[in-house]
Amino acid sequence: MRRAGLLGLVLLAALPWLVPPFYQTLLVFTAIAALVAAGLYLLTGLAGLTSFGQAAFMGVAGYTSALLALRYGVDPWLGLLAGLAVTGLFALVLGLLTVRLKGHYLPLATIAWQVALFIVMGSWVGLTGGRTGLADLPPVRVLGRALTDPRSYFYLAWGLALLYAGLLHRLVHSRHGRMIRALRGDAVAAASFGARPPDLKLWTFVLAALGAGAAGWLYVHFIRFVNPSPFSLEASIFYLIMAVVGGVQSLPGVFLGAALLTGLEQWLKDLLPLVFGKTGNYEIIAYGLILVGILLLAPKGLWPWIEARLPRARPPRPEGPGLSPRAASLADPLLEVRGLTKSFGGLLAVNRLSFEVRRGEILGLIGPNGAGKSTTFNLLAGVLRPDAGSVRFAGREIAGRYPFETVRLGLVRTFQHPHLFPEMTVLENAMLGTFPRTRAPLLASLFWLDRAEERRAAAEAYRALEAVGLAELAFEKAGRLALGQQRQLELARALAADPLLLLLDEPAAGLRAGEKRALAELIQGLRERGITVLLVDHDMELVMHLVDRVVVMHYGEKLAEGSPAEVQRNPAVVEAYLGGVA
Amino acid sequence: MDPTIFGFLLSDGLISGALYALVALSLVLVFAVTRVILIPMGEWVMYAPLTQAGFLEGRLPATVGLSALLLLVWAVLDRRRGRAPWLLAGWAVGVGLLGMAGVRWPSLAGPIAFLVVLPLGPASFRLFFEPLPQGSVLLYLILAVGLHFVYKGLGLAFFGPDQFRLPALWPGELGVLGLPVPGQGVLLVAAALLAMAGLFLFFTTLYGKALRAAAVNRLGARISGISVREAGRVAFLLATAVGAAAGLLAAPLTNASYDMGFLLGLKGFVAAILGGLVSYPLAVVGGGLVGLLEAFSSFYASAYKEAIVFTLLLPVLAWRSLSALTLEEEE
Repeated sequence: MRRAGLLGLVLLAALPWLVPPFYQTLLVFTAIAALVAAGLYLLTGLAGLTSFGQAAFMGVAGYTSALLALRYGVDPWLGLLAGLAVTGLFALVLGLLTVRLKGHYLPLATIAWQVALFIVMGSWVGLTGGRTGLADLPPVRVLGRALTDPRSYFYLAWGLALLYAGLLHRLVHSRHGRMIRALRGDAVAAASFGARPPDLKLWTFVLAALGAGAAGWLYVHFIRFVNPSPFSLEASIFYLIMAVVGGVQSLPGVFLGAALLTGLEQWLKDLLPLVFGKTGNYEIIAYGLILVGILLLAPKGLWPWIEARLPRARPPRPEGPGLSPRAASLADPLLEVRGLTKSFGGLLAVNRLSFEVRRGEILGLIGPNGAGKSTTFNLLAGVLRPDAGSVRFAGREIAGRYPFETVRLGLVRTFQHPHLFPEMTVLENAMLGTFPRTRAPLLASLFWLDRAEERRAAAEAYRALEAVGLAELAFEKAGRLALGQQRQLELARALAADPLLLLLDEPAAGLRAGEKRALAELIQGLRERGITVLLVDHDMELVMHLVDRVVVMHYGEKLAEGSPAEVQRNPAVVEAYLGGVA
Repeated sequence: MDPTIFGFLLSDGLISGALYALVALSLVLVFAVTRVILIPMGEWVMYAPLTQAGFLEGRLPATVGLSALLLLVWAVLDRRRGRAPWLLAGWAVGVGLLGMAGVRWPSLAGPIAFLVVLPLGPASFRLFFEPLPQGSVLLYLILAVGLHFVYKGLGLAFFGPDQFRLPALWPGELGVLGLPVPGQGVLLVAAALLAMAGLFLFFTTLYGKALRAAAVNRLGARISGISVREAGRVAFLLATAVGAAAGLLAAPLTNASYDMGFLLGLKGFVAAILGGLVSYPLAVVGGGLVGLLEAFSSFYASAYKEAIVFTLLLPVLAWRSLSALTLEEEE
């Protein structure tokens, strides 16, 4: 694999010597487009935020550098830094406004400022020269040599594009990268393992904008002229198309898309007049039809279609020391719930509920349908905010705290409907659990300073997979797992977070008898490892054989509490379950 | 600003707002049922009056051939579905006959142009969206952009780059509070309100609810006996009808050319999003809002007209998302 990559790099470096200048120019434009598209890979492909505004960021950086150079004679390299700084600032402000927008408001907001910025570029004639633009920009100089020909510019453009791609690749395979990928499918699950969704989205937004900014800078100093037209909404859409056609969820995909569509456009402009004998706007028709055709054949883009046909190397098994364990809590009871109350409109779902979970025990929370178990679970997990009452965990008040806060304290949950990430490997899914236990900041991941911690996190997650019996499948995509295996993976991910208290939400629902037995053994094993468990389930047989004590809920209140045997003899419990027949 | 200018801007804004509202309604309709953000709707809105102009000039517009061709391809794709291919082929022939009738009787050019453009929507759905029933919103969006390129290019090839002026259906003016309001504008506003009421009522019927169910949960809808394919075709048909009617009614006021569709669709999209892409009355309010913003900002700073419209959206959007940090478990 590594050898193939090196060979590709050598071929790429030789390319400008093998093709005529026209194609050298195309290759430069390909690199510029690839920078923007790579930003979209992060933003749209991984974080799931669709942006129609990347070309505007190109414009911001391009104009910044151009104006500094023309008015104050600033060197383009300093212009690049200034351009990136201004673009980052723009992205930060717009991102603060935008990334919290839900659903379709976000793409619309990007359209809004894309259109607005474009018009400002065209109309603020005093600053930008309006539509006629600004000419005679200085060339970029490297070691005193001006890069004015496409061949030397090729190395600058591709150098920047590959550098950016390398940084993104590092980021994606880091703790933050995994969380960014998780956010897209499922912000609740991501937050349950310590991510702060709005912060992460803002960072992806800024990083994607910086890629576009670098592209804008390359663009204006290549043609050494700047006007608004390459920074229009149409251009933004064009970059989005490239990314999607190539495969927006992979880096090779967006590069492929950039190369293909940059070439296709030129090629159609040259070819079609030969076919039809006259120039017309036929290329846009052909272009649209090819685009539609590719998507109908390969809806996920071209690269996934190709990748499925390539041999795949199996990564080595993670080894070495894991992460250092959490300091044990001496608090007993570990979890104390007092007067917990939650109503939805007129419905009192949980009413003054009080119970405790003692250190080292398995407590079952049961009750008939509608008893308020799920609401209680969500209140403890931080998904819902209680109306009243207190929840003390390991000596701290946590009622109303967000899940990304409580998970750091060691309160870890699983989901009833497995919230896994099918596009990620089993190991990566389990590694999400290590997020609250690891520290490397986002910038450290970009520059490869998180390697030691990453190795330990991988080893830790692999050990958790071994504990639940999934190590064999560590490098498979999680989407291929059966339901029982998905539950195992949920548990492994929770174990990787090194829980003090594990909240299990109906772990046996939908499992076959054999799978249930295996699950029961697993949960028994957790107790031996010193993990306290709160189990919410319908399955009487599982609960009664597994738990030390039971709390029975009915109509939002606690009906009974005690050992399984005591509770089973309690006439009120029998009546609640059998509806007064007994 | 004196009251007369204010009145002019107000009526101007409301009339263009009605056009945006109609486009917004059609986009909401399509999105609510199929999750497609239908960018080429702008092109179809333009195709209707351009086709009408072709008839009025006494030639057969190429849209007739395009419509018939797409219907025939659809017939071939559905060749194993009982009588469907024959009905579709019949429809294609019908479109051809309509085209000849349009050349023969120019006084009927408007309604005939409407009927000629109508099949483009459902046929495009069948050809380009139905093969990918599991697509994401982003995939559909890019597909829609591809179709937008195709239809825009075809528009240029069919009609040329010129603007066409079309005769008004109601040429007179109406005095409202001492202001002359073009009768055609009144028709457009009435059409927007009518379409809004119609769609709103339609989606309270069982059939309308079935269409929405198809979008919310495909599997659930199919289990309840709702055809997701049919729902999409019906939505595209209704939306094309609304869009084509909007184009025909607006063209006497705004003129028509092949390249006006995109910005029109964009503003309709803005209006639709202001309504959350789900509510018909809110989409109409959104359309009115965009139209008024545009009219008044063009008075104060015409170079920045669109910039102002789109910038003012940002606070609206920010306000809409004030409480965005909520975590709810979706089941």
